[in-house]
Amino acid sequence: MIVGEQKPISEIKEIIAPYKKILILGCGTCVKTCFAGGEDEVAVLASALRLACKKDGKEIEIEEFTVERQCEDEFIREGAPAISRNEGVLSLACGAGVQALARRFVKIPILPGVNTTFIGVLEKQGVFTEECSGCGDCMLAIFGGICPFTRCAKKLLNGPCGGSQNGKCEVNPETDCAWQLIIERLKILGQMDNLRAYVPPKNWQTGLSGGPRKLVREDHII
Amino acid sequence: MNMKASGKLQEILSKGEFAVTAECGPPRGANAEVVRKKGELLKGYVDAVNVTDNQTAIVRMSSIAACTHLLQMGLEPVMQMVVRDRNRIALQSDIMGAYSLGITNILCLSGDHQSFGSQPDALNVFDIDSMNLIRTVQTMREQGKDMSGFELNEPPAMFIGAAANPFADPFEYRVIRLAKKIDAGADFIQTQCIYNIDRFKEWMKMAREEGLTEKVHILGGVTPLKSAGMAKFMNNKVAGMDVPESLIKRIAGVPKEKAVKEGLKICQETIAQLRETKGVHGIHIMAIEWEEIVGEIVEGAGLTPRP
Repeated sequence: MIVGEQKPISEIKEIIAPYKKILILGCGTCVKTCFAGGEDEVAVLASALRLACKKDGKEIEIEEFTVERQCEDEFIREGAPAISRNEGVLSLACGAGVQALARRFVKIPILPGVNTTFIGVLEKQGVFTEECSGCGDCMLAIFGGICPFTRCAKKLLNGPCGGSQNGKCEVNPETDCAWQLIIERLKILGQMDNLRAYVPPKNWQTGLSGGPRKLVREDHII
Repeated sequence: MNMKASGKLQEILSKGEFAVTAECGPPRGANAEVVRKKGELLKGYVDAVNVTDNQTAIVRMSSIAACTHLLQMGLEPVMQMVVRDRNRIALQSDIMGAYSLGITNILCLSGDHQSFGSQPDALNVFDIDSMNLIRTVQTMREQGKDMSGFELNEPPAMFIGAAANPFADPFEYRVIRLAKKIDAGADFIQTQCIYNIDRFKEWMKMAREEGLTEKVHILGGVTPLKSAGMAKFMNNKVAGMDVPESLIKRIAGVPKEKAVKEGLKICQETIAQLRETKGVHGIHIMAIEWEEIVGEIVEGAGLTPRP
């Protein structure tokens, strides 16, 4: 899923400062799962902002609404009436959701309330870890299902750097060395030979360095 | 190992003589005099001077420029090149540029992560990794082609070095990684500073068993300790460093004013052990910002005069 984190309230206050009537629009998919922008977070943030603005002596009208998915027109449509009657929209979706709204509602400022952080997994309750950078050319088959592009701080393809100690990364002792994990997993799988093979330079054209990507599925276009 | 590149370091190693190199860190500024002074201190004591590339991710004079200053004083440089700051286009371009200036040795490295440096907010590049860089330099030399396969009008014929850390984890993988670096094109290997000689010897044994010492010249890294504090710092704070407790105790056991002397004694003992270790073809002295001690270490080890 896409993992995000709500912006600090001080920053949100600055972002919404020019407006007197705003809609906080939640998204019921990824950001809901990571407690950043679902219905509950919309309610909590709205109350906090109302209180904070009152304290500051600022008059503001805050409306709340949540759609199932902000990155799809079909779902955004449900929020259209609420969006149209406000001066601005504080979106608690990921960056894709914010931009999908901005594309559809050209005349209304769409403001981000969440910092989109990564594609990750729920490691345990309340803990999310980054696992994929969406490089467009998945090589997990040779790395035992652990991505070194994403999980090694130096994006090393051919084994660990000299800073791996006791299974931890030199950059952050709380982070597992991706290569230690890869080696352990390949050992279990009996695929240690993968480690001896030279991995050529990665072709980054399938990633973001080729500019924003577009996926066209002709077979689904009606 | 193709012998197109022709420097003193390569010559000495191919003749089977014991090589001595030392490190030289460029200044945080544009003053070439700092490099020349360091060069003067090393002249006559080493076969080549290894010039770091923004080490510890702190911005310094470029390795290529500092190497050129050393060349002009008649010293042979080994240009370090890290993949942290440049993409493949810039790396290849700089390799050709360096060779055109007379630099014939390169040490291919990943580079210290920028979070350790003075500008942790910088973007890192890591377009290719150090293994890919080794292969790139080798392909340039052996096939005369750049990474796109384009034929270069004069290929840079670099003598290729790589780093190895026998003390990092996972230990069993360290020799596999060494083998990969040799296959990718490394002619010589510089190791991390050696304090845990037993572990180093174990690693060398594994390397010999895999036949790797026949294919590559291994230079053992040494750094003289100045104090017990430094020994502890290196062990606890420097990633991938292994200073055994017994050594820390030994240097802590002498009066403070004698710590430097004890550190040098330890360094000499390490060098003596390295010279006896089969497959070790030289030493690399990393006396960080203490270049004036290199001469004493080399002389003390009876490794002067240099060929």
